[in-house]
Amino acid sequence: MIYRENGQFKTSYRADQQIFPITQDRIAIAALLLFAVVGVPLLADEYLFRAILIPFLILALAALGLNILVGYCGQISLGTGAFMAVGAYAAYNFFVRIQGMPLIVALLLGGLCATVVGVLFGIPSLRIKGLYLAVATLAAQFFTDWAFLRISWFTNNSSSGSVSVSNLSFLGLPISSPLSKYLFCLAILVVFAWLAKNLVRGHIGREWMAIRDMDVAAAVIGIRPVYAKLTAFAVSSFIVGVAGGLWGFVHLGSWEPAAFSIDRSFQLLFMIIIGGLGSIMGAFFGAAFIVILPIFLNRALPALGDLIGVEISTAAVAHSELMIFGALIVFFLIVEPHGLARLWSTAKEKMRLWPFPH
Amino acid sequence: MGFFLETVIGGLMSGMLYSLVALGFVLIFKASGVFNFAQGAMVLFAALAMARFSEWLPALLGIDSKVLGNLLAFAGAMVLMVAVAWLIERLVLSKLVNQEGITLLMATLGIAYFLDGFGQTLFGSAIYKIDVGLPKDPMFLLQNVFEGGVLVNKEDLYAAGIAATLVVVLSLFFQYTSTGRALRAVADDHQAAQSIGIPLNRIWVIVWSVAGFVALVAGVIWGSKLGVQFSLSLVALKALPVVILGGLTSVPGAIIGGLIIGVGEKVSEVYLGPTLGGGIEIWFGYVLVLFVLLVRPQGLFGEKIIDRV
Amino acid sequence: MKLTTLALAATLAAGSLFTASAALAQAKVQFFPSLTGRTGPVAPNATPFANGYADYMKLVNARGGINGVQTLVEECETAYATDRGVECYERLKGKHGGATVFQPLSTGITFALTEKIPNDKIPMITSGYGRSDSQDGGVFKWNFPLIGHYWVAGDTVLQHIAKKEGGWDKLRGKKIAVVYHDSPFGKELLPIIQERQKMHGFEIQLLPVPAPGVEQKAIWLQVRQQRPDFVVMQTWGVMTATAIKEAIATGYPREKMFGTWWSGAEPDLKDIGAAAKGYSAVMMQHGAEPQSAVVKEILDKVHAKGQGTGPKEEVGDVLYMRGVVGAMLAVEGVRAAQERYGKGKHMTGEQARWGYENLDLTQAKLDALGFKGVMRPVSTSCFDHMGSAWARVHTWDGAKFTWASDWLQADEQIIKPMVRASAEKYGNEKKLQRRASADCQS
Repeated sequence: MIYRENGQFKTSYRADQQIFPITQDRIAIAALLLFAVVGVPLLADEYLFRAILIPFLILALAALGLNILVGYCGQISLGTGAFMAVGAYAAYNFFVRIQGMPLIVALLLGGLCATVVGVLFGIPSLRIKGLYLAVATLAAQFFTDWAFLRISWFTNNSSSGSVSVSNLSFLGLPISSPLSKYLFCLAILVVFAWLAKNLVRGHIGREWMAIRDMDVAAAVIGIRPVYAKLTAFAVSSFIVGVAGGLWGFVHLGSWEPAAFSIDRSFQLLFMIIIGGLGSIMGAFFGAAFIVILPIFLNRALPALGDLIGVEISTAAVAHSELMIFGALIVFFLIVEPHGLARLWSTAKEKMRLWPFPH
Repeated sequence: MGFFLETVIGGLMSGMLYSLVALGFVLIFKASGVFNFAQGAMVLFAALAMARFSEWLPALLGIDSKVLGNLLAFAGAMVLMVAVAWLIERLVLSKLVNQEGITLLMATLGIAYFLDGFGQTLFGSAIYKIDVGLPKDPMFLLQNVFEGGVLVNKEDLYAAGIAATLVVVLSLFFQYTSTGRALRAVADDHQAAQSIGIPLNRIWVIVWSVAGFVALVAGVIWGSKLGVQFSLSLVALKALPVVILGGLTSVPGAIIGGLIIGVGEKVSEVYLGPTLGGGIEIWFGYVLVLFVLLVRPQGLFGEKIIDRV
Repeated sequence: MKLTTLALAATLAAGSLFTASAALAQAKVQFFPSLTGRTGPVAPNATPFANGYADYMKLVNARGGINGVQTLVEECETAYATDRGVECYERLKGKHGGATVFQPLSTGITFALTEKIPNDKIPMITSGYGRSDSQDGGVFKWNFPLIGHYWVAGDTVLQHIAKKEGGWDKLRGKKIAVVYHDSPFGKELLPIIQERQKMHGFEIQLLPVPAPGVEQKAIWLQVRQQRPDFVVMQTWGVMTATAIKEAIATGYPREKMFGTWWSGAEPDLKDIGAAAKGYSAVMMQHGAEPQSAVVKEILDKVHAKGQGTGPKEEVGDVLYMRGVVGAMLAVEGVRAAQERYGKGKHMTGEQARWGYENLDLTQAKLDALGFKGVMRPVSTSCFDHMGSAWARVHTWDGAKFTWASDWLQADEQIIKPMVRASAEKYGNEKKLQRRASADCQS
């Protein structure tokens, strides 16, 4: 009843090809953005910003990048942590070694370095497929882990191997308060999401999806696998690299290579699987799920324990978190293997008919 | 020269230890097409069960003999692993029958997290000891030929022997028994196997139990080397290149792959490591595998990947 | 999944997150957050620390609190992961009237929190770990590496080795291998070793071990090949035990192996038992102290009443004592702050910071607290946030630790300039002004 397209006729190609052709969708997105920019800062406290919203935004960006590679182009990559690390350390080097380098330029340059590394490690994808590729990308992960520990030039010769940044600013405005960090990350995320959506709707996106579905058939009809796969790696690594830069600069402030370890890669892969492969929306859902769930469990379990009158030790809470997390992953995969994004689109389909049954 | 021999022998030994873990991966992939990322967690879980049972059961039943206690603990841990296999099949695999590879992979990751937490809840998170009588002192061979002798680790030698026996037994199992044939049929084509009457569920329980047994053996050996605690599940990450190098579907490949990776890692760390600052072990195996895959995308002994268009 | 269930779950989740932390209006509680590592890669080593910390805080309450102010400990599990540590910090820093001090027990988390604590005005005690240059209070106003940091460990272990050899000059030409955790934790040890190498002319062989260090065969084969005269270890968690086991397997004499104070505790050696006999480790003043007065008091007043945090058998172990010492320093700093800001009142983070900067624990005070024979006097100042550089070495005899050396004191003539240089570099990078002397009175 509310979500009907009736009466919405498009009279130009441009109108027909919008990202959000249905007016209700446009209103909803506008409202969401308004809430994100105005409402959340009014309602949220510092903890929510620092511990939940900012990690959510940055990891959603990274998941977006990974989704392009895995969901749209079908190349399984377990080396995402490596590309985030490259983005972060490259941005750090640009920021620290060149006086007066603006933050946003440093982050973008970091992303470009990640692109180069991504394309390099993407070359094997031309020969190797499926699970074999997944393990081959782990080579990227472990190699960069080692490189950032061993090659002290990358860490500006710090004796401990840990680097830190401060005095961040964008266009003269300092980015130090949680609110400013949140808005900065939100802005970058919105821009990149918009760019990504347009990429996947366009020519190159269709090439990626063709490669994902049937790469031999795609090659037969004239899609160049080299171009498609390497551009997927390039775009994905760029986005992931910028996300890595944000993670190090904005969220952590001071980091070591372990911040971008294999656990991070697995975490991102979880996000896109749970969120939904091959969907921009999926990156957001997955990131929200994976960021919020452990914290929710960590706070809810002792509270639950108090309700029943049982005191649960911290170790037991941590173990139960792991168990519930694992069980929920399996549960979601069984219930909706195509992820939360599919649930969302099913819901929207039902909304179009509601309140009518068919 | 003597030292080079030492390094190579050491590498061969650790390679066999990796193969022990890799076998579990190969078994499950061969028979159910699932890449079981939970293998590391299964190794940890099995080792925890063995360690704790070997503490609890003798105390409970009043047994003094160490050998008997260990045997009982092993049997108990095996029963537990079969139960785990059955539960995994019931609750996870049967519900995810025709899903894509990556979904199953993620499901096994979920199982890995669950087993990690569950194992530590049941058995605790301190370090536990497994003592099956493996000798800890070193052995020095050929002392008259090379100065200082060539060092061979007795414990690793035993472990290598056990791994080799296991591989032989498993290969025979797959080739010559009817269950083995059924497993290979299921690996080829689930639907065809079902249509000729092979009970898919039971086969999967069997496969996961056998993988559980392999995980238990690997857990006992690694656990007696390292002590049983959380980091044990991380040996799976060391075994991954072995699986891929050997080919995901080949049991002998797991051994050959293990030997190659083991030797490669140790020799590179000892001879190339110092120039690069050390610590190259963690990525050398993976980079080696990457280059081999570029030449042979299906691993050394894996089945050639055939794409149907 | 039904829409309604989904919606309900989503609201529940959102609701629990927006629940503001209950602002406990009780005045007289001093909140000490405890970042624990009870699960994950270092659980066997970090758990006794957390238990000791909690137990001592309970003892303080049993003794009557800090001049009447009761302590409150809340734990948050980090599993030794930096981002979880940061999340725990954000969650706990404002609770129960404000966190008094943080003790992350992880160098990675320390580095991350060093950036945040000046803004939030909460001090951080990093006894025996963290940034060695944070000893310089002129740059690091909020960091307190009380009673020791990695450079003290490195210096004293080398002193012990030199003493055994008969003097620093005997070390010339000898080879010392350093087996270290390949992370900021491990690498922080290297500067002091390299500094001493320049002074005394011994060779060093660096052998980094990638975390978690379950496979060290190649490292120890190299040790066997190079035949260093000594091996110094800066490892943590399972890496230590694996290193010792591999040393046994390659036949390297344990008497020549020396760990730092994170590489020489019961969880590392208990399972190896007699085969590890002869392995030594330098300890940050305390070792395993089952006979000390404070341990007896804890057993009496806390465990006997069934309030012990961990198993009774663990009380007095090395890492347990480290937790007890950490808690004692935290509490004494608050007590010192109360002398200035009001006895019996709740201390804010800023006030506690002043307390930590003006700690004056004489031997008499320490003995009265139950630390006779365990600790030496600690005296911090505005520009020295460490307060004491004493250490001693203990050796594993197959079943327990016994003291193998007298009290050793790290050579501050060497360490202080290193600290200052490193702190200056940090300050320049961050464009921080060195604190003026006037600031010390605040």
